[in-house]
Amino acid sequence: MEYTPPPLFNRGPTPLIRLLLCSLLSIGLLIADARLQYLDNVRQIVAVAVYPLQRLAGTPAAIFERIGDFFVTQSRLHNENTRLAEQNLRNAAQLRQFEALSAENAHLRDLLATRQRFPAGTMAAEVLYTGRDPFSRRVIIDKGLQADVKAGQPVIDEIGVIGQVTRVYPWLSEVTLLTDKDQVVPVQNLRNGIRAVIGGTGSDGELELKFIPLNADFQNGDQLVTSGIDAVYPPGLPVAQVTNVERNAAYMFARITCKPLAGVSSHTQVLVVNWGSQAPERPAQNEPAAGKKRRRGS
Amino acid sequence: MQAHESRPQTILLPVKPAFIAFTLVAALLANLLPWSGWLLAIKPDFVALILLHWCILQPRRVGFTVAMMLGLAMDVADGSLFGQHALAYSVLAFAGIVLHRRVLSFTMKEQILQVIPLLLANDIIVLIIRKLGGAEFPGITYFFGSLIAGALWIPLCRLLKLPQMPRPDPDHV
Repeated sequence: MEYTPPPLFNRGPTPLIRLLLCSLLSIGLLIADARLQYLDNVRQIVAVAVYPLQRLAGTPAAIFERIGDFFVTQSRLHNENTRLAEQNLRNAAQLRQFEALSAENAHLRDLLATRQRFPAGTMAAEVLYTGRDPFSRRVIIDKGLQADVKAGQPVIDEIGVIGQVTRVYPWLSEVTLLTDKDQVVPVQNLRNGIRAVIGGTGSDGELELKFIPLNADFQNGDQLVTSGIDAVYPPGLPVAQVTNVERNAAYMFARITCKPLAGVSSHTQVLVVNWGSQAPERPAQNEPAAGKKRRRGS
Repeated sequence: MQAHESRPQTILLPVKPAFIAFTLVAALLANLLPWSGWLLAIKPDFVALILLHWCILQPRRVGFTVAMMLGLAMDVADGSLFGQHALAYSVLAFAGIVLHRRVLSFTMKEQILQVIPLLLANDIIVLIIRKLGGAEFPGITYFFGSLIAGALWIPLCRLLKLPQMPRPDPDHV
Protein backbone atom coordinates (compact mmCIF):
# COMPACT_ATOMS: atom_id res chain seq x y z
CA MET A 1 0.00 0.00 0.00
CA GLU A 2 1.46 3.33 -0.90
CA TYR A 3 0.78 6.52 0.95
CA THR A 4 1.65 10.07 0.17
CA PRO A 5 3.54 11.20 3.26
CA PRO A 6 1.26 13.46 5.28
CA PRO A 7 2.28 17.09 5.57
CA LEU A 8 3.54 17.11 9.12
CA PHE A 9 1.82 20.09 10.61
CA ASN A 10 -1.26 20.57 8.49
CA ARG A 11 -3.57 17.56 8.54
CA GLY A 12 -6.78 19.44 9.13
CA PRO A 13 -9.27 18.46 11.79
CA THR A 14 -9.09 14.90 13.15
CA PRO A 15 -11.51 12.31 11.76
CA LEU A 16 -13.53 12.46 14.97
CA ILE A 17 -14.11 16.19 14.63
CA ARG A 18 -15.03 15.73 10.98
CA LEU A 19 -17.41 12.91 11.89
CA LEU A 20 -19.09 15.11 14.51
CA LEU A 21 -19.47 17.94 11.99
CA CYS A 22 -20.91 15.63 9.34
CA SER A 23 -23.24 13.96 11.83
CA LEU A 24 -24.53 17.28 13.08
CA LEU A 25 -25.09 18.43 9.52
CA SER A 26 -26.90 15.19 8.62
CA ILE A 27 -29.05 15.26 11.72
CA GLY A 28 -29.84 18.91 11.01
CA LEU A 29 -30.90 17.91 7.50
CA LEU A 30 -32.99 15.03 8.86
CA ILE A 31 -34.85 17.28 11.27
CA ALA A 32 -35.30 20.03 8.71
CA ASP A 33 -36.72 17.48 6.27
CA ALA A 34 -38.85 15.35 8.56
CA ARG A 35 -40.24 17.96 10.94
CA LEU A 36 -40.07 21.29 9.18
CA GLN A 37 -40.27 20.40 5.45
CA TYR A 38 -37.73 23.11 4.64
CA LEU A 39 -35.71 21.18 2.14
CA ASP A 40 -37.97 20.71 -0.85
CA ASN A 41 -35.92 23.14 -2.93
CA VAL A 42 -32.62 21.48 -2.04
CA ARG A 43 -34.16 18.13 -2.91
CA GLN A 44 -35.25 19.47 -6.30
CA ILE A 45 -31.73 20.70 -7.03
CA VAL A 46 -30.07 17.40 -6.09
CA ALA A 47 -32.79 15.60 -8.06
CA VAL A 48 -31.78 17.47 -11.21
CA ALA A 49 -28.17 16.38 -10.66
CA VAL A 50 -29.13 12.73 -10.09
CA TYR A 51 -31.68 12.57 -12.93
CA PRO A 52 -29.21 11.67 -15.75
CA LEU A 53 -27.86 8.80 -13.64
CA GLN A 54 -31.39 7.57 -12.95
CA ARG A 55 -32.24 7.55 -16.65
CA LEU A 56 -28.90 5.96 -17.52
CA ALA A 57 -29.46 3.20 -14.95
CA GLY A 58 -32.84 2.43 -16.51
CA THR A 59 -31.42 2.10 -20.01
CA PRO A 60 -30.07 -1.51 -20.01
CA ALA A 61 -33.40 -2.93 -18.88
CA ALA A 62 -35.22 -0.89 -21.51
CA ILE A 63 -32.86 -2.12 -24.23
CA PHE A 64 -33.33 -5.76 -23.20
CA GLU A 65 -37.07 -5.27 -23.24
CA ARG A 66 -36.94 -3.78 -26.72
CA ILE A 67 -34.78 -6.65 -28.00
CA GLY A 68 -37.27 -9.09 -26.46
CA ASP A 69 -40.13 -7.31 -28.21
CA PHE A 70 -38.33 -7.59 -31.53
CA PHE A 71 -38.31 -11.37 -31.41
CA VAL A 72 -41.99 -11.81 -30.72
CA THR A 73 -43.25 -14.69 -32.81
CA GLN A 74 -45.69 -14.15 -35.62
CA SER A 75 -48.24 -16.58 -34.18
CA ARG A 76 -48.27 -14.76 -30.90
CA LEU A 77 -48.89 -11.50 -32.69
CA HIS A 78 -51.68 -13.11 -34.66
CA ASN A 79 -53.30 -14.53 -31.53
CA GLU A 80 -53.03 -11.24 -29.78
CA ASN A 81 -54.51 -9.46 -32.76
CA THR A 82 -57.56 -11.75 -32.83
CA ARG A 83 -58.02 -11.42 -29.11
CA LEU A 84 -57.78 -7.64 -29.26
CA ALA A 85 -60.22 -7.45 -32.18
CA GLU A 86 -62.73 -9.50 -30.19
CA GLN A 87 -62.21 -7.41 -27.14
CA ASN A 88 -62.56 -4.27 -29.18
CA LEU A 89 -65.92 -5.43 -30.47
CA ARG A 90 -67.11 -6.20 -26.98
CA ASN A 91 -65.81 -2.89 -25.68
CA ALA A 92 -67.47 -0.99 -28.50
CA ALA A 93 -70.83 -2.43 -27.52
CA GLN A 94 -70.23 -1.59 -23.90
CA LEU A 95 -69.02 1.87 -24.78
CA ARG A 96 -72.20 2.64 -26.67
CA GLN A 97 -74.18 1.49 -23.68
CA PHE A 98 -71.99 3.56 -21.42
CA GLU A 99 -72.47 6.67 -23.52
CA ALA A 100 -76.20 6.24 -23.45
CA LEU A 101 -76.14 5.66 -19.71
CA SER A 102 -73.91 8.62 -18.96
CA ALA A 103 -76.10 10.87 -21.09
CA GLU A 104 -79.13 9.61 -19.22
CA ASN A 105 -77.33 10.02 -15.91
CA ALA A 106 -76.32 13.60 -16.76
CA HIS A 107 -79.90 14.36 -17.67
CA LEU A 108 -81.21 12.91 -14.44
CA ARG A 109 -78.62 14.80 -12.42
CA ASP A 110 -79.58 17.99 -14.17
CA LEU A 111 -83.17 17.30 -13.30
CA LEU A 112 -82.27 16.73 -9.68
CA ALA A 113 -80.05 19.83 -9.74
CA THR A 114 -77.31 17.88 -8.06
CA ARG A 115 -73.68 18.63 -8.35
CA GLN A 116 -72.35 17.48 -11.70
CA ARG A 117 -69.51 15.05 -11.45
CA PHE A 118 -66.89 16.12 -13.91
CA PRO A 119 -65.19 13.36 -15.86
CA ALA A 120 -61.74 12.89 -14.45
CA GLY A 121 -58.87 13.62 -16.83
CA THR A 122 -56.05 11.13 -16.89
CA MET A 123 -52.47 11.17 -18.03
CA ALA A 124 -50.54 8.04 -18.94
CA ALA A 125 -47.18 7.54 -17.25
CA GLU A 126 -44.64 4.78 -17.15
CA VAL A 127 -43.17 3.21 -14.04
CA LEU A 128 -39.40 3.67 -14.28
CA TYR A 129 -38.42 1.61 -11.28
CA THR A 130 -39.69 0.51 -7.91
CA GLY A 131 -38.36 2.39 -4.91
CA ARG A 132 -35.35 0.75 -3.35
CA ASP A 133 -36.13 2.01 0.12
CA PRO A 134 -37.04 -1.20 2.00
CA PHE A 135 -39.06 0.77 4.55
CA SER A 136 -41.69 2.08 2.16
CA ARG A 137 -43.63 0.98 -0.91
CA ARG A 138 -43.05 3.42 -3.70
CA VAL A 139 -42.56 3.53 -7.44
CA ILE A 140 -41.03 6.25 -9.57
CA ILE A 141 -42.93 7.31 -12.69
CA ASP A 142 -41.62 9.26 -15.65
CA LYS A 143 -43.88 12.32 -15.42
CA GLY A 144 -43.11 15.26 -13.15
CA LEU A 145 -43.48 18.99 -12.80
CA GLN A 146 -42.89 19.36 -16.55
CA ALA A 147 -46.03 17.32 -17.22
CA ASP A 148 -47.93 19.28 -14.58
CA VAL A 149 -48.19 16.42 -12.09
CA LYS A 150 -49.11 17.59 -8.61
CA ALA A 151 -48.49 15.92 -5.29
CA GLY A 152 -51.69 14.33 -4.05
CA GLN A 153 -53.03 13.11 -7.38
CA PRO A 154 -54.35 9.55 -7.36
CA VAL A 155 -52.67 6.99 -9.61
CA ILE A 156 -54.65 4.12 -11.12
CA ASP A 157 -54.15 1.28 -13.55
CA GLU A 158 -56.78 -0.33 -15.75
CA ILE A 159 -58.35 -2.10 -12.79
CA GLY A 160 -58.28 0.35 -9.92
CA VAL A 161 -56.33 2.52 -7.54
CA ILE A 162 -52.65 1.74 -7.03
CA GLY A 163 -51.56 4.76 -5.02
CA GLN A 164 -51.02 8.47 -4.84
CA VAL A 165 -48.35 10.91 -6.04
CA THR A 166 -46.47 12.03 -2.96
CA ARG A 167 -43.48 13.92 -4.26
CA VAL A 168 -42.89 15.64 -7.58
CA TYR A 169 -39.50 16.23 -9.15
CA PRO A 170 -38.87 18.15 -12.38
CA TRP A 171 -39.14 15.10 -14.63
CA LEU A 172 -40.11 12.30 -12.24
CA SER A 173 -42.63 11.72 -9.49
CA GLU A 174 -42.81 9.39 -6.57
CA VAL A 175 -45.97 7.35 -6.18
CA THR A 176 -46.68 5.88 -2.76
CA LEU A 177 -48.44 2.56 -3.26
CA LEU A 178 -51.57 1.46 -1.40
CA THR A 179 -49.50 -1.13 0.44
CA ASP A 180 -47.27 1.50 2.09
CA LYS A 181 -47.77 1.62 5.81
CA ASP A 182 -48.62 5.34 5.84
CA GLN A 183 -50.92 5.34 2.83
CA VAL A 184 -54.61 5.65 3.66
CA VAL A 185 -57.60 5.71 1.31
CA PRO A 186 -61.24 6.35 2.22
CA VAL A 187 -63.36 3.56 0.77
CA GLN A 188 -66.87 2.24 0.90
CA ASN A 189 -68.26 -1.23 0.71
CA LEU A 190 -69.88 -1.78 -2.67
CA ARG A 191 -72.42 -4.21 -1.21
CA ASN A 192 -73.92 -2.05 1.52
CA GLY A 193 -72.28 1.37 1.27
CA ILE A 194 -70.51 1.26 4.65
CA ARG A 195 -67.70 3.80 4.63
CA ALA A 196 -64.29 2.92 6.00
CA VAL A 197 -60.66 3.79 5.78
CA ILE A 198 -58.20 1.35 4.27
CA GLY A 199 -54.47 1.45 4.79
CA GLY A 200 -51.40 -0.53 3.87
CA THR A 201 -49.68 -2.91 6.22
CA GLY A 202 -46.20 -2.50 4.75
CA SER A 203 -46.17 -5.99 3.25
CA ASP A 204 -46.90 -6.76 -0.38
CA GLY A 205 -50.43 -7.61 -1.39
CA GLU A 206 -52.07 -6.92 1.95
CA LEU A 207 -54.26 -4.05 3.08
CA GLU A 208 -56.18 -3.54 6.27
CA LEU A 209 -59.44 -1.83 7.07
CA LYS A 210 -58.86 0.39 10.06
CA PHE A 211 -61.06 1.07 13.08
CA ILE A 212 -64.03 -1.06 12.06
CA PRO A 213 -66.35 -2.00 14.93
CA LEU A 214 -66.73 -5.72 15.63
CA ASN A 215 -70.33 -5.85 14.48
CA ALA A 216 -69.87 -4.01 11.19
CA ASP A 217 -71.21 -5.84 8.18
CA PHE A 218 -68.12 -6.90 6.24
CA GLN A 219 -67.81 -10.31 4.62
CA ASN A 220 -65.17 -12.16 2.68
CA GLY A 221 -65.29 -11.17 -0.97
CA ASP A 222 -66.79 -7.73 -0.40
CA GLN A 223 -65.50 -5.26 -2.92
CA LEU A 224 -64.30 -1.87 -1.68
CA VAL A 225 -64.33 1.21 -3.89
CA THR A 226 -63.19 4.77 -3.23
CA SER A 227 -65.92 6.78 -1.57
CA GLY A 228 -64.84 10.14 -2.92
CA ILE A 229 -65.64 12.02 0.28
CA ASP A 230 -62.00 13.09 0.60
CA ALA A 231 -62.11 15.04 -2.70
CA VAL A 232 -58.78 13.39 -3.57
CA TYR A 233 -59.84 10.10 -5.11
CA PRO A 234 -62.73 10.16 -7.58
CA PRO A 235 -65.58 8.04 -6.23
CA GLY A 236 -66.18 4.52 -7.45
CA LEU A 237 -62.65 3.36 -8.27
CA PRO A 238 -62.08 -0.26 -7.21
CA VAL A 239 -59.51 -0.52 -4.41
CA ALA A 240 -59.54 -3.87 -2.68
CA GLN A 241 -61.40 -7.05 -1.87
CA VAL A 242 -61.94 -8.37 1.63
CA THR A 243 -60.07 -11.64 2.11
CA ASN A 244 -60.34 -12.30 5.81
CA VAL A 245 -62.51 -10.99 8.63
CA GLU A 246 -61.40 -11.74 12.16
CA ARG A 247 -63.71 -10.72 14.99
CA ASN A 248 -62.08 -11.17 18.36
CA ALA A 249 -64.03 -9.81 21.32
CA ALA A 250 -60.76 -9.12 23.12
CA TYR A 251 -60.05 -6.23 20.76
CA MET A 252 -62.05 -3.11 20.12
CA PHE A 253 -61.93 -3.37 16.37
CA ALA A 254 -62.38 -6.16 13.87
CA ARG A 255 -59.28 -7.17 11.98
CA ILE A 256 -60.22 -7.10 8.32
CA THR A 257 -57.51 -7.87 5.79
CA CYS A 258 -57.98 -7.18 2.12
CA LYS A 259 -56.03 -7.65 -1.04
CA PRO A 260 -55.59 -4.83 -3.51
CA LEU A 261 -57.48 -5.34 -6.77
CA ALA A 262 -55.16 -3.38 -9.02
CA GLY A 263 -51.72 -4.77 -9.81
CA VAL A 264 -50.07 -2.72 -7.11
CA SER A 265 -46.68 -4.34 -7.49
CA SER A 266 -46.81 -5.41 -11.13
CA HIS A 267 -47.39 -2.72 -13.69
CA THR A 268 -45.46 -0.61 -16.09
CA GLN A 269 -48.18 1.68 -17.40
CA VAL A 270 -50.26 3.73 -15.01
CA LEU A 271 -52.65 6.66 -15.21
CA VAL A 272 -52.32 9.80 -13.13
CA VAL A 273 -55.81 11.09 -12.44
CA ASN A 274 -56.35 14.80 -12.64
CA TRP A 275 -59.57 15.08 -10.75
CA GLY A 276 -59.11 18.69 -9.71
CA SER A 277 -59.97 19.86 -6.26
CA GLN A 278 -63.70 19.54 -6.05
CA ALA A 279 -63.83 19.63 -2.31
CA PRO A 280 -67.47 19.89 -1.32
CA GLU A 281 -68.42 22.97 0.61
CA ARG A 282 -68.02 22.73 4.33
CA PRO A 283 -71.14 21.57 6.06
CA ALA A 284 -73.12 24.33 7.77
CA GLN A 285 -72.70 23.07 11.32
CA ASN A 286 -69.17 24.48 11.45
CA GLU A 287 -70.43 28.04 11.45
CA PRO A 288 -71.82 28.24 14.98
CA ALA A 289 -68.50 26.95 16.31
CA ALA A 290 -66.63 29.65 14.41
CA GLY A 291 -69.05 32.26 15.72
CA LYS A 292 -68.50 31.06 19.27
CA LYS A 293 -64.78 31.34 18.87
CA ARG A 294 -65.08 34.84 17.54
CA ARG A 295 -67.22 35.84 20.47
CA ARG A 296 -64.75 34.33 22.89
CA GLY A 297 -61.92 36.23 21.21
CA SER A 298 -63.67 39.61 21.46
CA MET B 1 1.84 -7.60 8.02
CA GLN B 2 2.74 -11.30 7.94
CA ALA B 3 0.37 -12.09 5.17
CA HIS B 4 1.91 -9.49 2.95
CA GLU B 5 5.46 -10.52 3.70
CA SER B 6 4.85 -14.15 2.81
CA ARG B 7 4.31 -13.39 -0.87
CA PRO B 8 6.22 -11.19 -3.29
CA GLN B 9 4.76 -7.71 -3.21
CA THR B 10 4.32 -5.63 -6.32
CA ILE B 11 4.84 -1.90 -6.03
CA LEU B 12 1.58 -0.36 -7.09
CA LEU B 13 1.20 2.78 -9.14
CA PRO B 14 -0.59 5.69 -7.44
CA VAL B 15 -4.36 5.77 -7.88
CA LYS B 16 -5.73 8.35 -10.24
CA PRO B 17 -8.41 10.52 -8.57
CA ALA B 18 -10.42 10.28 -11.78
CA PHE B 19 -10.53 6.49 -11.35
CA ILE B 20 -11.82 6.82 -7.78
CA ALA B 21 -14.52 9.24 -8.96
CA PHE B 22 -15.39 6.87 -11.81
CA THR B 23 -15.84 3.87 -9.50
CA LEU B 24 -17.96 5.87 -7.07
CA VAL B 25 -20.26 7.11 -9.84
CA ALA B 26 -20.44 3.55 -11.20
CA ALA B 27 -21.46 2.35 -7.71
CA LEU B 28 -24.18 5.00 -7.58
CA LEU B 29 -25.34 3.86 -11.00
CA ALA B 30 -25.40 0.24 -9.84
CA ASN B 31 -27.56 1.25 -6.88
CA LEU B 32 -29.95 3.08 -9.20
CA LEU B 33 -30.49 0.09 -11.53
CA PRO B 34 -34.13 -0.97 -11.58
CA TRP B 35 -33.78 -3.80 -9.05
CA SER B 36 -36.93 -5.64 -8.11
CA GLY B 37 -38.19 -8.74 -6.37
CA TRP B 38 -35.75 -10.99 -4.51
CA LEU B 39 -32.79 -9.34 -6.23
CA LEU B 40 -33.77 -6.11 -4.53
CA ALA B 41 -33.94 -7.92 -1.19
CA ILE B 42 -30.37 -9.17 -1.42
CA LYS B 43 -28.91 -6.22 -3.31
CA PRO B 44 -25.75 -4.98 -1.61
CA ASP B 45 -25.37 -1.25 -1.15
CA PHE B 46 -22.68 -0.76 -3.78
CA VAL B 47 -22.04 2.84 -2.79
CA ALA B 48 -21.34 1.85 0.81
CA LEU B 49 -19.07 -0.97 -0.33
CA ILE B 50 -16.97 1.09 -2.77
CA LEU B 51 -16.85 4.03 -0.38
CA LEU B 52 -15.58 1.79 2.38
CA HIS B 53 -13.02 0.26 0.03
CA TRP B 54 -11.56 3.65 -0.85
CA CYS B 55 -11.71 4.92 2.73
CA ILE B 56 -9.64 1.92 3.79
CA LEU B 57 -7.18 1.98 0.88
CA GLN B 58 -6.96 5.73 0.27
CA PRO B 59 -7.98 7.41 3.52
CA ARG B 60 -6.35 10.67 2.52
CA ARG B 61 -8.16 10.92 -0.82
CA VAL B 62 -11.67 9.79 0.00
CA GLY B 63 -13.42 10.91 3.13
CA PHE B 64 -16.32 12.75 4.63
CA THR B 65 -17.07 15.21 1.82
CA VAL B 66 -17.44 12.41 -0.70
CA ALA B 67 -19.50 10.36 1.78
CA MET B 68 -21.89 13.24 2.43
CA MET B 69 -22.36 13.99 -1.26
CA LEU B 70 -23.02 10.36 -2.16
CA GLY B 71 -25.39 10.08 0.79
CA LEU B 72 -27.44 13.07 -0.31
CA ALA B 73 -27.60 11.72 -3.87
CA MET B 74 -28.84 8.35 -2.54
CA ASP B 75 -31.42 10.05 -0.33
CA VAL B 76 -32.90 11.90 -3.28
CA ALA B 77 -32.81 8.89 -5.59
CA ASP B 78 -34.47 6.68 -2.96
CA GLY B 79 -36.93 9.35 -1.92
CA SER B 80 -36.03 8.66 1.67
CA LEU B 81 -35.49 11.17 4.45
CA PHE B 82 -32.93 13.79 3.52
CA GLY B 83 -29.74 13.06 5.44
CA GLN B 84 -30.24 9.43 6.48
CA HIS B 85 -27.75 7.99 3.99
CA ALA B 86 -25.50 11.01 4.47
CA LEU B 87 -25.26 10.23 8.18
CA ALA B 88 -24.77 6.51 7.65
CA TYR B 89 -22.07 7.01 5.01
CA SER B 90 -20.26 9.58 7.18
CA VAL B 91 -20.05 7.07 10.00
CA LEU B 92 -18.91 4.42 7.53
CA ALA B 93 -16.21 6.75 6.19
CA PHE B 94 -15.09 7.48 9.75
CA ALA B 95 -14.86 3.78 10.55
CA GLY B 96 -12.95 3.11 7.34
CA ILE B 97 -10.48 5.93 7.93
CA VAL B 98 -9.86 5.15 11.58
CA LEU B 99 -9.60 1.40 11.10
CA HIS B 100 -7.75 1.31 7.78
CA ARG B 101 -4.40 0.19 9.22
CA ARG B 102 -6.09 -2.54 11.24
CA VAL B 103 -8.14 -3.89 8.33
CA LEU B 104 -5.18 -3.89 5.94
CA SER B 105 -3.07 -5.88 8.38
CA PHE B 106 -5.30 -8.91 7.77
CA THR B 107 -5.34 -11.26 4.80
CA MET B 108 -8.04 -10.77 2.20
CA LYS B 109 -10.28 -13.46 3.69
CA GLU B 110 -9.97 -12.04 7.18
CA GLN B 111 -10.70 -8.58 5.86
CA ILE B 112 -14.20 -9.78 4.94
CA LEU B 113 -14.94 -10.36 8.61
CA GLN B 114 -13.73 -6.83 9.34
CA VAL B 115 -15.79 -5.27 6.58
CA ILE B 116 -19.15 -6.97 7.18
CA PRO B 117 -19.69 -5.49 10.66
CA LEU B 118 -18.96 -2.01 9.31
CA LEU B 119 -21.53 -2.46 6.54
CA LEU B 120 -24.04 -3.89 9.03
CA ALA B 121 -23.46 -0.84 11.25
CA ASN B 122 -24.26 1.28 8.20
CA ASP B 123 -27.56 -0.61 7.78
CA ILE B 124 -28.37 -0.32 11.45
CA ILE B 125 -27.94 3.47 11.42
CA VAL B 126 -30.42 3.74 8.56
CA LEU B 127 -32.73 1.34 10.41
CA ILE B 128 -32.62 3.42 13.60
CA ILE B 129 -33.35 6.64 11.72
CA ARG B 130 -36.32 5.04 9.96
CA LYS B 131 -37.61 3.50 13.21
CA LEU B 132 -37.52 6.96 14.78
CA GLY B 133 -39.44 8.16 11.74
CA GLY B 134 -42.15 5.57 12.45
CA ALA B 135 -41.34 2.90 9.85
CA GLU B 136 -41.72 -0.84 10.35
CA PHE B 137 -38.72 -3.19 10.47
CA PRO B 138 -38.61 -4.62 6.94
CA GLY B 139 -37.53 -8.08 8.08
CA ILE B 140 -34.27 -9.89 8.49
CA THR B 141 -33.66 -9.92 4.72
CA TYR B 142 -32.76 -6.25 5.16
CA PHE B 143 -29.30 -7.32 6.36
CA PHE B 144 -28.62 -9.85 3.59
CA GLY B 145 -27.29 -7.16 1.28
CA SER B 146 -24.37 -6.45 3.57
CA LEU B 147 -23.45 -10.14 3.77
CA ILE B 148 -23.47 -10.33 -0.03
CA ALA B 149 -21.35 -7.17 -0.09
CA GLY B 150 -18.86 -8.92 2.20
CA ALA B 151 -18.67 -11.79 -0.28
CA LEU B 152 -17.93 -9.27 -3.04
CA TRP B 153 -15.04 -7.74 -1.09
CA ILE B 154 -12.21 -9.91 -2.49
CA PRO B 155 -13.16 -9.73 -6.20
CA LEU B 156 -13.81 -6.03 -5.78
CA CYS B 157 -10.38 -5.38 -4.27
CA ARG B 158 -8.72 -7.34 -7.07
CA LEU B 159 -10.70 -5.48 -9.71
CA LEU B 160 -10.06 -2.02 -8.32
CA LYS B 161 -6.36 -2.74 -7.99
CA LEU B 162 -5.94 -3.59 -11.69
CA PRO B 163 -5.29 -0.02 -12.90
CA GLN B 164 -2.58 0.27 -10.24
CA MET B 165 -0.61 -2.71 -11.47
CA PRO B 166 2.75 -1.65 -12.94
CA ARG B 167 3.00 -1.93 -16.71
CA PRO B 168 5.29 -4.71 -17.90
CA ASP B 169 8.70 -3.28 -18.60
CA PRO B 170 9.76 -4.12 -22.19
CA ASP B 171 13.45 -3.98 -21.21
CA HIS B 172 12.99 -6.44 -18.40
CA VAL B 173 13.83 -10.01 -19.31
